[in-house]
Amino acid sequence: MSDTHAQTVSFVRDSMLPPEPPPAAQAGAIRWLRENLFSGPLNILLTLVGFGVLWLVASTIWPWLSHSVWNAGSMAECRKIIAATWGPDASGACLALIKNRWNQFVFGFYPSALYWRPVLAFGMLFLALAPVLFSESRSASRRVMALAVVLTFVIAQILGAPGMALVLMALAMLAWVALIELRPGWALLASCLYPFVAVWLLWGGSLWSPAMALAGFVIGYLVWRALSRLGMLAFALAVLAAAVWWLLLSGWVAQALAAALPLRLQPVSSDQFGGFVLSITIGVSGIAMSLPLGVILALARRSDLPVVKMFAVMFIEFIRGVPLITLLFVASLLLNYFLPPGTNFDIILRVIIMVTLFASAYMAEVIRGGLAALPKGQYEAADALGLDYWKAQRLIILPQALKISIPGIVSTFIGMFKDTTLVVFVGLFDPLKAMADTIRASFEWKGAYWEPYIFVGSIFFILCFGMSRYSMYLERRLKRDHR
Amino acid sequence: MQTQTQSQLGGPAIEISKLNKWYGTFHVLRDVDLTVSRGERIVIAGPSGSGKSTLIRCINRLEEHQAGRIVVDGTELTNDLKNIDKVRSEVGMVFQHFNLFPHLTILENCTLAPIWVRKIPKRQAEETAMHFLTKVKIPDQAHKYPGQLSGGQQQRVAIARSLCMKPRIMLFDEPTSALDPEMIKEVLDTMIELAEEGMTMLCVTHEMGFAQAVAHRVIFMDQGQIVEQNTPREFFNNPQSERTKLFLSQILGH
Repeated sequence: MSDTHAQTVSFVRDSMLPPEPPPAAQAGAIRWLRENLFSGPLNILLTLVGFGVLWLVASTIWPWLSHSVWNAGSMAECRKIIAATWGPDASGACLALIKNRWNQFVFGFYPSALYWRPVLAFGMLFLALAPVLFSESRSASRRVMALAVVLTFVIAQILGAPGMALVLMALAMLAWVALIELRPGWALLASCLYPFVAVWLLWGGSLWSPAMALAGFVIGYLVWRALSRLGMLAFALAVLAAAVWWLLLSGWVAQALAAALPLRLQPVSSDQFGGFVLSITIGVSGIAMSLPLGVILALARRSDLPVVKMFAVMFIEFIRGVPLITLLFVASLLLNYFLPPGTNFDIILRVIIMVTLFASAYMAEVIRGGLAALPKGQYEAADALGLDYWKAQRLIILPQALKISIPGIVSTFIGMFKDTTLVVFVGLFDPLKAMADTIRASFEWKGAYWEPYIFVGSIFFILCFGMSRYSMYLERRLKRDHR
Repeated sequence: MQTQTQSQLGGPAIEISKLNKWYGTFHVLRDVDLTVSRGERIVIAGPSGSGKSTLIRCINRLEEHQAGRIVVDGTELTNDLKNIDKVRSEVGMVFQHFNLFPHLTILENCTLAPIWVRKIPKRQAEETAMHFLTKVKIPDQAHKYPGQLSGGQQQRVAIARSLCMKPRIMLFDEPTSALDPEMIKEVLDTMIELAEEGMTMLCVTHEMGFAQAVAHRVIFMDQGQIVEQNTPREFFNNPQSERTKLFLSQILGH
């Protein structure tokens, strides 16, 4: 201690002060109001202006919403009721439109006797996702599964599913829940089978077509396992084997099996899809496929191999540089010129591929941000322990990088889901524009303007808000730095 | 400790000859020759930027060298990925900033490489991990995450994580430089214990007390070259080169 220090008297503490609890929080509504809303002249002014704006908005919308009519057969009848009840000048929401036509917003032109099939596919989606999305919490997973099973069953019942279908449906879902509870390892395999089941439920037809598509993956995997000593060559051979199966053999085998054991659902063609069934089909497939593709592209862009890196950069920059609508037009029009005449390449499948490619380019950049945010030491520690590239990525790098990227990834998901409404430009019936226009084109509901948008908008909001809340839940769950 | 002599040591564990490395046009390592015997403990000292970290990072190929030979335990480091992975699984490394995996518990940090690289069953890997965690005196923290531990504890976990791979050689890259003075001792004690068991150690450090206590040989580097090497006693009491004298006067002078 220097001589110039003010306190030169020596001092030794002989008793340590015991820790004390912090002072009680100074809470209270009035205190909060004063601190947050009325702390100074400017603040008071802003608060008053804010309340004024709120009042203006609410006072415009509220009468319209409160003068709503739920029971009417047409727009004209609706207006008559409003005029009779609230006076000739009153304006009101004609929500009877939604009550009458909600099924078209949800299912498009899907045959109404088969509504239970998309409902079951949607309910099973949650069973497929629960072990993945809620792997951190058994109880949350159970709540989601219980809700999915009960709601699916009840809604299918209300929508008039035949008794046989209801019984099978209940059995299948309960068996699946039992599998998840008793054999969590096998449940992940069941989740991998889900896409094929969903495709069968949505499009119907012979069970053997999706089963043969699945068999292609199994064959590819088996070839790869058998030849795994050959490294990259084994992978190429596996892809080749799967391709040969899909293009040359699977059709014959499927036909033979269908002849032997015809397991069929009534087929529904892609142009009967519409509304939220279409949006969710495209959205969920896009989400499920764009994440792995985005991870691969992000890794490729950070690769040391120049060719791989260049390919990834070109792909990402090209896709990001082109509007989604351009890609959709390519999918709907140009592909027909390039593919051999007579090929029947489903329009929804084409759109899903384009939407996936589009989202994966954005996903790759979001994940690349997460990869770049990891300290170099993590890569070095993984290397120093002797982990090879793929193990290091899978066990060390990606779990951390993906966690950092959760907000960006979910933003991309939400953006992509909302972009599915753009399929209206290639003649598919999205819920927002095409379905609303179709309904408006009918004689009864001519002139309904706001109601369809508000209805469709709120459903989109609920779904997107759900995703956003889930991402916040996940971030909280994965928090590891308890500082 | 200092009474141990070179003659008690085994054959060569690491042989480095005419090692050269450049960062761009900057010549970081210049004609470095170094042979480390089995069981030998070497402390590498030198001013910052002298290439000492780069040298030991070349030994497990975290840095690629452009000229010269490095042979670790009979395996030469070339571009062959198999050789690199083989060397890396035999050589443990402890970093200045610990580099624990923050998303895994302490126990998972220690069992990850044995399970995935050595293919050891999970239970056995956990037993080994608990053995080494007990050895570094933090078995009770096994189920916490790295973020919940102090710096000194984290560095001891990092040492245990390396030991779980049963390495024959341990590299320490300034293991105490990021620690508070009170925590340096607990890490050094762990390292001294390891040294007493006969581990081959290469240690970049500024802890001259540690060097005097455990090293067989102190190597002084400057500008990418080995300027002087000697037994600790000779090195500290009778430094030969002017550069070494200046360095010692600066770090021991206060």
